[in-house]
Amino acid sequence: MPLLNTLPDYVLTTKTDELLNWMRKSSIWYMLFGLACCAIELMHTGGPRADIDRFGATPRASARQSDLMIVAGTLTLKMALRTRLLYDQMPDPRYVISMGSCASCGGLFQLAYSVCDGVDKILPVDVYVPGCPPRPEALTEGLLKLQEKMMTERWLVRSSNGNGNGKQVAAA
Amino acid sequence: MSTLHTEEMTLNMGPQHPSTHGVLRFVVRADGEVMREAIPDVGYLHRSIEKIAEKVGYHGFMPYTDRVDYVCAMFTNQGWGMACEKLANIEVPHRGEYCRVIAAEFNRIASHLLSVGAMAMDIGAVTPFTHAIREREMINDLIEELCGARLTFNYMRIGGVAWDLPPGWREKALAYLDHFDPILEEYNALISWNKIYIERLANVGVITPAEAINYNLVGPNLRACGIKWDIRKDIPYSVYPEFEFDVPIGDGHWGKLGDSMDRYVVRIREMAESSKILRQALQKIPGGPVLAKVARNFKPPKGECQIRLESGRGDMGWYVVSDGTGYPWRVHVRTGSFAAMGIIQKLSAGLMIADLVTLIASLDVIAPEIDR
Amino acid sequence: MESLQILERVKNQFGDRILEISDHKPDSFAVIDPKAVVEIGKFMNQDPELAMDCLSNETGVDYKDRIEVVYHLFSYSKRHTAVLKVKLPRDNPSVATLEGVWKSANWMEREIFDLIGVNFEGHSDMRRILMPEDWIGHPQRKDFVEPAEYHGISTVRESPIIRLDTKKK
Repeated sequence: MPLLNTLPDYVLTTKTDELLNWMRKSSIWYMLFGLACCAIELMHTGGPRADIDRFGATPRASARQSDLMIVAGTLTLKMALRTRLLYDQMPDPRYVISMGSCASCGGLFQLAYSVCDGVDKILPVDVYVPGCPPRPEALTEGLLKLQEKMMTERWLVRSSNGNGNGKQVAAA
Repeated sequence: MSTLHTEEMTLNMGPQHPSTHGVLRFVVRADGEVMREAIPDVGYLHRSIEKIAEKVGYHGFMPYTDRVDYVCAMFTNQGWGMACEKLANIEVPHRGEYCRVIAAEFNRIASHLLSVGAMAMDIGAVTPFTHAIREREMINDLIEELCGARLTFNYMRIGGVAWDLPPGWREKALAYLDHFDPILEEYNALISWNKIYIERLANVGVITPAEAINYNLVGPNLRACGIKWDIRKDIPYSVYPEFEFDVPIGDGHWGKLGDSMDRYVVRIREMAESSKILRQALQKIPGGPVLAKVARNFKPPKGECQIRLESGRGDMGWYVVSDGTGYPWRVHVRTGSFAAMGIIQKLSAGLMIADLVTLIASLDVIAPEIDR
Repeated sequence: MESLQILERVKNQFGDRILEISDHKPDSFAVIDPKAVVEIGKFMNQDPELAMDCLSNETGVDYKDRIEVVYHLFSYSKRHTAVLKVKLPRDNPSVATLEGVWKSANWMEREIFDLIGVNFEGHSDMRRILMPEDWIGHPQRKDFVEPAEYHGISTVRESPIIRLDTKKK
């Protein structure tokens, strides 16, 4: 009989990568980075009806205590420099969700002179959530997609990409 | 005992902060906990909405007006509609006006709910915020059934509103109002008459009536100083003369007249008044069309006009200059939050840093109104 | 009082400093001499018949040949409004500040300085308010050209949409 089937019920077996990823995805602390209208929907998503606290996500005010930055709203050029500063203050591993069409591509403000068309001009984005503003259900789905992405990461295989943090997404 | 030598610190309450008022920045010069001055720095949400109007035309500008104040989007929609109608002398059908008032007053309740919930959250009490969001979600459901969107509605058009009330909506709205009025009492029992809350809010940021008028404060901020002024009653527009409602003003009951507690209580009482207006409007709504016939390539005659309406944050003035083509020459919005920011620098001397948060929350500033 | 009556009363006081009164519909306005702005403002604020205690709106408008600053005045006690305009040349527009009369002019004039470029003499704090401090140009002017980049961030969004009408055969 294989060894696996002789173990009692209270013993789990898994891979270290999966365990680390499961721990990380179940407790995503997001930074309150609500800039514009999507900020209200972000608040509604954390509110009583579409509650993302059931997925472990809770808002943090400080960048140094958070691992997810949900860029909710239009990014102006004046704010873009500060956004880069806040992203640099977040500790690794860090993720970015670009919520709404203004953060993804400039949205309906592409004609404006003072708007940075999309947050991916200054930050690496993991998940784009479309909508103007996206419904709380849409943002929740974006968070679940991010959790799926987090489950595919490998931590124990060092990569040669130079920055040494070892985060690499497994080939699908 | 020798006296301690203290130095003045310069702190930054940065553009990112845990509050709903948006991206505002304050440079605070403080001596310990007591501030000498708080200098506001705005412009982090300047999306050049006024210049975009010159590129997208009259009809195309309606979704952009939602973003000028996304918490009170119906009022900005109505303002743009009214400005274009005044320029081109268009009359809105009677049922269309009723639909506008119903949508706007629901939005006023939603906006004040968010404002008082956020004020409680800034003070430190997080639970009332979830109560406020719970009620706001129900209003969002109603409005979503009406126009399809939860936050940036684009419901009104030049000449009326886009869609009529769906069948069965009136009954749902009346059922919601029956549910809402006792909830306001529950909210008051939870937070408004709480001793700690009153001590945090009373006597903070006192504004005298003369100062309020000179700095052009409007809306609940002005009414809290004791001035009974409401554009719906004093320069009436739309169908507001057909309704009976009261205008609550501050009375200095808990502290000095014109402090933060007055501003808070005025907003709570305004929600009850909006509920009264809604009941009357839903009973009296007439039949007929909801949208006047307006040309698709709308070209108002050359000229300019200014209209004022009572939005959730006060008197919002829209100034439109038209040059006879289908694109406006200049659009300018003067909002209540812009003026309220101007007075913070003066009021902040002598306050504690925690009181600055209370002051900003009680003036109900919101970043897109300031920056546009 | 009606708006035209208010403007007539101001004209009786100031004579030819009021350059023109127009009974434009729907809002009539008066064009005044830029050098008399503070005097006229003080008069309208303190006169017991007019009692304009609130500067409700101040806007800068860029017409192609001139720049106009439009003042909307309002009285809470008398419930009447008046509109004043000042016409300025396009290069180096400058007018005295009304901050001493109505404090609400402080921030409104900073915005007009920032976006249109009108310099208000005597203002206590004339610096940019909505654009970043190191921005060059006045964006709401009609001849403003967007810069290609700001601090390394390009202001153009490359769109992946392929236009069907210009597709090569």
